[in-house]
Amino acid sequence: MSTRLAKQGRLIDRSKQIEFTFNGKKLKGFAGDTLASALLANDQMLVGRSFKYHRPRGLVASGAEEPNALVGLGVGDRFEPNQRATTTELFAGLAAQSQNHWPSLEYDIGEVNSKLFSRFLTAGFYYKMFIHPRPFWKHIYEPFIRQSAGLGKAPDTELKDADTYEHFYFFCDVLVIGGGVAGLQAAKSAAETGAKVLVLEEKSCWGGRTPVDGGTIEGLDAEEWIARTVAELEALDNVTLRSRTMGAGVYDHSYILGYERLTDHAPGQGGPRHRLWRIRAQQTVTATGAIERPLSFAGNDVPGVMLAGAMRDYLVNWGVTPGQKVLVATNNDDAYRTAIALHEAGVEVVRVVDARESGGGELSDRVRDLGIRIECGRAIAKVKDGKRVTKVAICAQNGEGGAREEIEADAVAMSGGWSPVVHLWSHCGGKLTWDETQAHFRPDPDRAPTGHDGAPFVVTAGSASGPLGLAAVMADAAAAGAKAAEAAGRPARTVTPIATSEVTEAPMEPVWLMPAKADIELRMKTWLDYQNDVKVSDVQLAAREGYESVEHTKRYTTLGMATDQGKLSNINGLAILADALDAEIPQVGTTTFRPPYHPISMGAIGGEARGEIFQPLRKTPMYDWHDSHGAHWEPVGHWRRPYAYLRSGESLHEAVNREVKNTREALGLLDASTLGKLIVKGPDAGRFLDMLYTNMMSTLKIGKCRYGLMCSENGFLSDDGVVARIDEDTWLCHTTTGGADRIHAHMEEWLQTEWWDWKVYVANVTEQLAQVAVVGPNARRVLEKLNGQAGGGQAGGGMDLSPEALGFMEWQDGEIGGFKARAYRISFSGELSYEIAVSASEGQAFWSALIEAGREFGVMPYGTECLHILRAEKGFIMIGDETDGTVIPQDLGLHWALSKKKDDYLGKRAQSRSHMTDPDRWQLVGLETLDGSVLPDGAYAVGNGVNANGQKNTIGRVTSTYYSATLDRGIAMGLVKHGPKRMGEVIDFPGLDGKTYQARIVDPVFYDKDGEKQNV
Amino acid sequence: MLILDCPYCGVRAEETELHAGGEAHLKRFGPGSSDEDFHDYLFMRENPRGVHFERWRHVSGCGKWFHAARCTQTLEVFGTYSAQTTEPPQQITDAISAKRPGWTWRGLSD
Ligand SMILES: [Zn+2]
Repeated sequence: MSTRLAKQGRLIDRSKQIEFTFNGKKLKGFAGDTLASALLANDQMLVGRSFKYHRPRGLVASGAEEPNALVGLGVGDRFEPNQRATTTELFAGLAAQSQNHWPSLEYDIGEVNSKLFSRFLTAGFYYKMFIHPRPFWKHIYEPFIRQSAGLGKAPDTELKDADTYEHFYFFCDVLVIGGGVAGLQAAKSAAETGAKVLVLEEKSCWGGRTPVDGGTIEGLDAEEWIARTVAELEALDNVTLRSRTMGAGVYDHSYILGYERLTDHAPGQGGPRHRLWRIRAQQTVTATGAIERPLSFAGNDVPGVMLAGAMRDYLVNWGVTPGQKVLVATNNDDAYRTAIALHEAGVEVVRVVDARESGGGELSDRVRDLGIRIECGRAIAKVKDGKRVTKVAICAQNGEGGAREEIEADAVAMSGGWSPVVHLWSHCGGKLTWDETQAHFRPDPDRAPTGHDGAPFVVTAGSASGPLGLAAVMADAAAAGAKAAEAAGRPARTVTPIATSEVTEAPMEPVWLMPAKADIELRMKTWLDYQNDVKVSDVQLAAREGYESVEHTKRYTTLGMATDQGKLSNINGLAILADALDAEIPQVGTTTFRPPYHPISMGAIGGEARGEIFQPLRKTPMYDWHDSHGAHWEPVGHWRRPYAYLRSGESLHEAVNREVKNTREALGLLDASTLGKLIVKGPDAGRFLDMLYTNMMSTLKIGKCRYGLMCSENGFLSDDGVVARIDEDTWLCHTTTGGADRIHAHMEEWLQTEWWDWKVYVANVTEQLAQVAVVGPNARRVLEKLNGQAGGGQAGGGMDLSPEALGFMEWQDGEIGGFKARAYRISFSGELSYEIAVSASEGQAFWSALIEAGREFGVMPYGTECLHILRAEKGFIMIGDETDGTVIPQDLGLHWALSKKKDDYLGKRAQSRSHMTDPDRWQLVGLETLDGSVLPDGAYAVGNGVNANGQKNTIGRVTSTYYSATLDRGIAMGLVKHGPKRMGEVIDFPGLDGKTYQARIVDPVFYDKDGEKQNV
Repeated sequence: MLILDCPYCGVRAEETELHAGGEAHLKRFGPGSSDEDFHDYLFMRENPRGVHFERWRHVSGCGKWFHAARCTQTLEVFGTYSAQTTEPPQQITDAISAKRPGWTWRGLSD
């Protein structure tokens, strides 16, 4: 059983007991425990079920590389799936749930199923199964996959994360990632040059694994040296230290993300939970250490089989032993340290199985002296299946697994050698080289990631560079710190040697499979990737099926594609693939490492940008009035506009119909402030606008307005709006609501990059002005009343709004009701209509004055839906409805707006390309259903015959469709092949509801065809 | 995340405040041009592995367009310069030649 030892545990405080729950069961731990160490102390060896086969799984590692111990943490709006028990610090009240099991962790249905299905779940499972006919999928595979797919449980989508997060920007000369002895030494060396240094350590304590492994530095015990060095660094003004902060990713041009976990260990402390550090460092030192590799033997996933280094961590750091009778299996000397640590803790080491014929060095002699039996050239044949280790069969390493000896044990410590953590080095293009003696890929210092100036910006330090012995680690780290500081522009320093203790180790020997010629029965039980359930036999199968590229094999087998990104499985998988391909490991190569090193929270990525401040809302000056008068809001770009104003007891549809009728019959007010307003000014402004608009703007007379179209250089219609000539060299261009910023940018682009010698200035004044459309038969009356001009005339100094003084498509500056205003007599509804601009600060007062004065004329505000219907009744196009980026003005019958006098405008050349002049292009028409119903939005019209896929040929589509209260029937516009030539024809629109809608092709102007209503 | 020096306002800008605008130094073809020239102007773009000339706008800064000479493979920046020119200035091509002898790009070369 796994249990807490009576003594030991350098990180725990036995005077502070902490209660927590696992699957609802009340358990106890100590301050300083991780969830993992506390679970082990409570003999909770079984921590989860595997993803595919639902096999029982236990803790394998002690750090971020842990693949199995993923749990759901917290409850309600603080629930989070897939949290690693090994990186979760214990706190009072912590509630954890294990994952991937049903109905319970102890008894799981999926495990039974997986026994039936395991022969189907081999490499390429998904790819192979897609070949089968649909019923087979539906009734056999899908139910099974649904039950087993997914890692953990998604949080309740109705709940919002109760915590807050933030971003933090930091700039430094040297960033050191990793606060082990190498990182601390590198930071010290860099700081001595005066460089500004930031040191990040993902754990809560400094020093990495050295206090566990033992040794002395500069005559001090490792722990003392760490404490002294941290104190020294903390005393320096040019050094910032942050624990609980992971270097998550290295990005282009030396941009680095740090992930600080502020309150995960102390919920309720207040303040943000996580902080994302956005760092620009001149140079980055990655002192990220090394990760131990598992050994590949049958049953290497049975709970109780653990990395040797991790077992040592649990013993020394937390005073926990995973077993009482432990078998150690290794191919290198480091695992002997675990045997010694176990022995010192009073735990029986039943055997050390060393795959090397010649065995180990100094450390193995010490183990032998302790009376522990060592067997060289031997291997684990198999760990007996179950919910924990009970029996281990050993055999000769160089064989097929026969002549086994069974040993009773309740835990196995395994070590397949150590691989440097190269992730951060690799994120931005740092290359690796294969190290024969250590059998690992290590960073190639000659091929470092390079930055904006082409110079390297990452240096590795300590075991992240490859060396594992303390002396070599410290020498490498000191040199790395000095090198990084110098590359960051600090003075060069000679590095003084650092005295350390030294242990002579025998070389490791690569062991990629135990035993070397394990038969298929064993290989099918030998796990490479615990989290994604990939076995040795899967990789071998992929190779037999022709997968040669490591990147393809990875995707085919899903090896290394789980959330741990193959931290444990990468090299072992590569070696198996290389062997199966009869190639060398460096020839097979390695897969690409992607940031983040370890999953980070979505909350941290979002930071403060959530809810209302995710994207600031744009509000017109009359927003609050609308909101308090029943506005049903509609998002339009970043704006919110009233869709309609609801009165009590009214449905949205009823409100819209009321607004349509009232505007046609009496008086409507529309808040048009969101329309883009761009001032284009300068001696070349007319010439410039002639290039931007399809029609002529330079000839527009002062005081007049003209409707204009803008196209992209591709010829496609991009925006429309009314342009007013203000004075000799000034024009005001209205754009669509969504188009103001886009068209402003479009104008700037052409001015700056093509016609940079033209003297034109563009200013976006959209938000400086409030604009109100006063629409309907009573429009003039209400304005005249405001001006004290009832019955017409020019009294009171107000603007003369008579048809003679302000004709259709004219504008005028003056005063209306005491407000300084500019009135445009333009109409997007077909009614008598004025659009009146006042300064934004007076917008609300002006609106209120109109509402007040309009009462006797039956005034009502109207929203965007009414606006849409009014324009559709008149056959006016709407950008985004009738256009979608593939429509040219000619498709919409807008030939009249295309100047024939101009040699050039943006889009003109494109509109003469063969496809653009094709008579078969779909063209704008009106559509009326035979029964008066409303056509479904976006419906396609079908014609005769079928296409190559056997689908009916399409001959058109609906672009706008509404119920017209004015006409009491459905009206629509659409693009139809040869449409304008087919007036009166009836075409079919199959709806998604199964019904076919029959519609007659008609003129798109449904109402007041002669425009009599606006010409009054 | 790239950093580019804006040649107008002098700010060392990072990618989040910039807007990428595609290939630089395109020659506009308008009415009267051949179908082939116009097609190439609209659609044909270089996609080099190495030296490249690009348009960028300092959109969340001074708002100005500028040009950048960059290596698409290593992301090394050889320099940034005015957008108001039809070809890169000597200083930029010299900087590229120093780092990438033998480079070529459309009609330009070392
Ligand atoms: Zn700038």
